[in-house]
Amino acid sequence: MPGVEGFMYPNEIELQWSVLIVLYPFLTGLVAGAFILASLERVFRVQAVKPTYRLALLTALSFLLVAPLPLQLHLGHPERSYEMYLTPHTSSAMAMFGFVYLWYLMAVLVLEIWLDYRRDIVVMSQSATGWKRWVYRAMTLGSSNISERALAIDERAGYLITVIGIPSAFLLHGYVGFIFGSIKANPWWSTPLMPVVFLFSAMVSGIATVMLLYMLMTWVRGHTLDMACVDTVARYLFYTFIIDFSLEMLDLIHRIYESDESFRSLDFMVHTKLYLSHIVVQIVLGTVAPIALLALTQVLELTEMDRKRIYVLAGCLTLIGIFAMRWNVVIGGQLFSKSFLGYTTYKMGMATREGLLMAMVLTVLPFVILGVLVKLLPPWPEQDSSLLHGTTPAH
Amino acid sequence: MNITRRHMLLLLPAAAIAWKHVLAGTPESSPNYTMSRHWWSMLIDVPKCIGCGNCVRACQSENDVPDGYFRTWVERYHVSGYDIENPHVDSPDGGKQGFPPALEEGGKNFFVPKLCNHCVDSPCTQVCPVGATFVSPDGVVLIDKKYCLGCRYCVQACPYGCRFINPRTATAEKCTLCYHRITKGLTTACCENCPTGARQLADLKNPKDPIHEFLKTHSVHVLKPHMATGAKVFYNELDGSVR
Repeated sequence: MPGVEGFMYPNEIELQWSVLIVLYPFLTGLVAGAFILASLERVFRVQAVKPTYRLALLTALSFLLVAPLPLQLHLGHPERSYEMYLTPHTSSAMAMFGFVYLWYLMAVLVLEIWLDYRRDIVVMSQSATGWKRWVYRAMTLGSSNISERALAIDERAGYLITVIGIPSAFLLHGYVGFIFGSIKANPWWSTPLMPVVFLFSAMVSGIATVMLLYMLMTWVRGHTLDMACVDTVARYLFYTFIIDFSLEMLDLIHRIYESDESFRSLDFMVHTKLYLSHIVVQIVLGTVAPIALLALTQVLELTEMDRKRIYVLAGCLTLIGIFAMRWNVVIGGQLFSKSFLGYTTYKMGMATREGLLMAMVLTVLPFVILGVLVKLLPPWPEQDSSLLHGTTPAH
Repeated sequence: MNITRRHMLLLLPAAAIAWKHVLAGTPESSPNYTMSRHWWSMLIDVPKCIGCGNCVRACQSENDVPDGYFRTWVERYHVSGYDIENPHVDSPDGGKQGFPPALEEGGKNFFVPKLCNHCVDSPCTQVCPVGATFVSPDGVVLIDKKYCLGCRYCVQACPYGCRFINPRTATAEKCTLCYHRITKGLTTACCENCPTGARQLADLKNPKDPIHEFLKTHSVHVLKPHMATGAKVFYNELDGSVR
């Protein structure tokens, strides 16, 4: 049979989870990572990263809004997906998706953003004209009190939500890892390290995304980059990446040393079908190279321009590497037979419901949403202060 | 407490959801059949299988299985010498049309029919997000097609490769032990069409079923016992090379 080497159980030849399911953990990872970066300022009081705080929250929201779409498009019966809310099967890891998602979206992210922006929304609902005025008015949810006391309450509530949000972000992405890690039938997935690896790789990708977006948007707006901020974000990216890489290596070394019944099959796959995406793209280009680049900025005294170039290069490589990691987990986990006697091939469609074109649309969509959100709710600190300049708080 | 219209408006949707939950996981009922009196399994007598493919064809025709997908299939093993960890296995079109002559000489050749193991602790049932896959009270793992989302998590979770997504219904599918037949006192299509009696439907709750005597007197295994799924398809004289 074309595309099949050795023996596959006859129902295994066709892959079940496509590039859209690769996209799902990639997108949720960016959400969790961006939120955790935002919490650095809010909870851990890392003042240097303050310029990225609001941008990180809006980035998290943009990606979170798109995250369920690849799942929805992949379902055989998308019109029945609401059943997960009505009759969730309590023993299923996947059944918790809707609840974890809604909790994170509504109880954490939207609420935190609203509380953080409430003062600005009220001010803009009074100063804006035309349709924008109505949008801002609706966003105030009828609460126009921006007295000092009210803002202090907002601040306390926002802090509390961020504190709750950190474990929620861990839950969101750790849970995605658990979906794969708990499948005992698949040795490529089945490891208790999977949720932890997913979590740290999520933090890495989220931090890299916000760093790149901050640099890009500052450049587009013609403003000066806050280098202290970017340096700090890059330092956190470096530390998180080292933990992530250590965990992945631990998993790899453990598998090699233990060499259980699946090892020969998986080893062969990594050296053949997954060689490019796993060894070359994920490990060498997407992990070792950015870690080495970031390490350079830590040990050498580089000029501002050199550091900027390195951060951009390292950030882009990081995102490619994390996407490759998701690809290798999801697609790689389906290329070998559970009999460990054969391999199949993934044939990605182009303009199909689960094809490349759809994956590209879903990758671009969060950036479009982010563009709208940034226009509507400017995340820049200088705008934040100028907005209130000369405006009397309403009571 | 007085039930007002407002209470009713709140209670009715809740009751509807609760009723849906009760209905989920209820197999089709059949008159004169008491589920709690049966506990279905299957016995595969490996040395008796001749790889004719009758079972695969019968299953396909009985259950309208689409081409290229299998509720049951037959594998041919070739093990040369002592190398039981690396058997050569083939199953052209699931063994539906039988097998071409074996190419390798020496060693041993044998056939192994495969189907859903109707596990007691089935991983597919565990992972189904809406409970569309369930174990019936008579021990058969079934799928409610009107409920299945087609998320494919169960296909990933089955260690035996027994599930597939039916392209016509976009829902998960697999062997039902011909539930529509066994609840009417018939045997499965594959058992009925096996010319050598290599497949036998067995009721573990029936003390008169010959399986009890067979299990006592033969060396019987299940597939992948380390998966601890409580598989209920028993294989007589299963070779250690079988995956």
